[in-house]
Amino acid sequence: MAIAYQPLWLTLRLAVVATGLLLLVGVPLAAWLAASTSRFKAVFEAVVSLPLVLPPSVLGFYLLLAFSPTGRFGGLLSSLFDIRLVFSFGGLVLGSVIYSLPFMVHPVQAGLQSVPASLKEASYTLGKSRLRTFFSVLLPNIKPALLTGTVLSFAHTIGEFGVVLMIGGNIPGKTRVASIAVYDEVEASNYPAAHVYALLLLLVSFGILLLVYTLNRRLFKS
Amino acid sequence: MAGGEALLKVDTEISRESFVALYGRSGAGKTTLLRILAGLLEPEKGIIEVDGRCWLNTDRKIRLPVQQRQIGFVFQDFALFPHMTVRENLRYALKPEKDPGLVSRMLAMVDLEQLADRKPAMLSGGQRQRVALIRALMRKPGILLLDEPFSSLDAEMRQELQDQISALHRQFNLTTLLVSHDMAEIYRIADRVIWLDEGKVLRSGPPDALFGNVRLSSKIRLTGKVLRVAKSGVVSIVEVAAGNTVIKVVVTAGEAEELHPGDTVGIFSKAFNPVIRKI
Repeated sequence: MAIAYQPLWLTLRLAVVATGLLLLVGVPLAAWLAASTSRFKAVFEAVVSLPLVLPPSVLGFYLLLAFSPTGRFGGLLSSLFDIRLVFSFGGLVLGSVIYSLPFMVHPVQAGLQSVPASLKEASYTLGKSRLRTFFSVLLPNIKPALLTGTVLSFAHTIGEFGVVLMIGGNIPGKTRVASIAVYDEVEASNYPAAHVYALLLLLVSFGILLLVYTLNRRLFKS
Repeated sequence: MAGGEALLKVDTEISRESFVALYGRSGAGKTTLLRILAGLLEPEKGIIEVDGRCWLNTDRKIRLPVQQRQIGFVFQDFALFPHMTVRENLRYALKPEKDPGLVSRMLAMVDLEQLADRKPAMLSGGQRQRVALIRALMRKPGILLLDEPFSSLDAEMRQELQDQISALHRQFNLTTLLVSHDMAEIYRIADRVIWLDEGKVLRSGPPDALFGNVRLSSKIRLTGKVLRVAKSGVVSIVEVAAGNTVIKVVVTAGEAEELHPGDTVGIFSKAFNPVIRKI
């Protein structure tokens, strides 16, 4: 039985890239939400949480419309920067980042809100800037939340299906990730191959979650 | 004060190197005033001038950021960084150009060298307090702001730390502001009291002049709060909470009319020789 390992590697690559981007985007966003008293905060919170309740196909559908080269925005991206997000790895990454955003933002935001305000204020009275305070005082005190956010985003990206199928399609070696490969093999009645993908996904996901819970207990609860 | 709008109207001057206590019941605006001074809160309208330099002038839109105000702030919960050791907490506070030897000298000053590599969670309340205190002094501020620093400590520890604060206050030529609602504590260490009530200065002056005009003498003098005024025949019995005890005092009906629950009163005793016994 010949199994193409490409979908597995692609899944892994997608998860790593998406999680990296989520750290860059999600942590500042969470920090802003945790500190903000803006009237529009509720709007942003609702938008961030949308992927939790929306069917992934809906999200994927709108992304597909937005980035289609025949559409206005997609056409602009295509003509100006030669970027094509539909049926490409870049599109998968973007879809994944949006789809997993709440899994990064929620734990980090909750973590930041649980840090006593006096720690931040103490750092200010010691002459430290907001940025220095954020990196030297706040982030080190929410390590469990950062770990949870990172791993959940990673695991959630591995497990996505609808968004990826809509925006990425099913191009072998390019956008066919493991979850789609399972579907594909079942469609082709190739159950043994589907089984390999499915089992690997199951084991990897379980392993990741087990790791988070063990680490969180061991490292941070003293 | 936990959030919300509060009315605070204070106009005062504090002379250099004095030790001022902000006194008043909770909600009187003591902590709010301290936080405004530190720059952690901004009042709707106000002017703060320190040594001729303007820190705040809402009319002229001047607002010196908290980082640039020369203050040391000791928080009620001490606000030690839990992920850093004692030494790292102090080093964090150090100005970049300052000599690192200062950390060790400060630790020695409050007898904490042995505990320098411990995390704050491994310290007692009094030890944490001392770390918070010297951390606040690492940048050699001119003004030290203390927000009820003794409230979580037991009586014995309190006294020791009050002495330590007094000593540091003199040694570093500090102007110190202490938020407190403990008269005994203020008597011990402050040389001026600003008594706040509902956001306004009720009275201000030296502690002994403020808390009743009685100088230290052989008479017994207690300060407390009226709990209840109960009529009993031709007289009334007033129950006063002073410290941890409730004292019953008999007063005439006329006197009773002027006393209401919640009033702060002084109790004097002259007729008997006090009995003293070690416990």
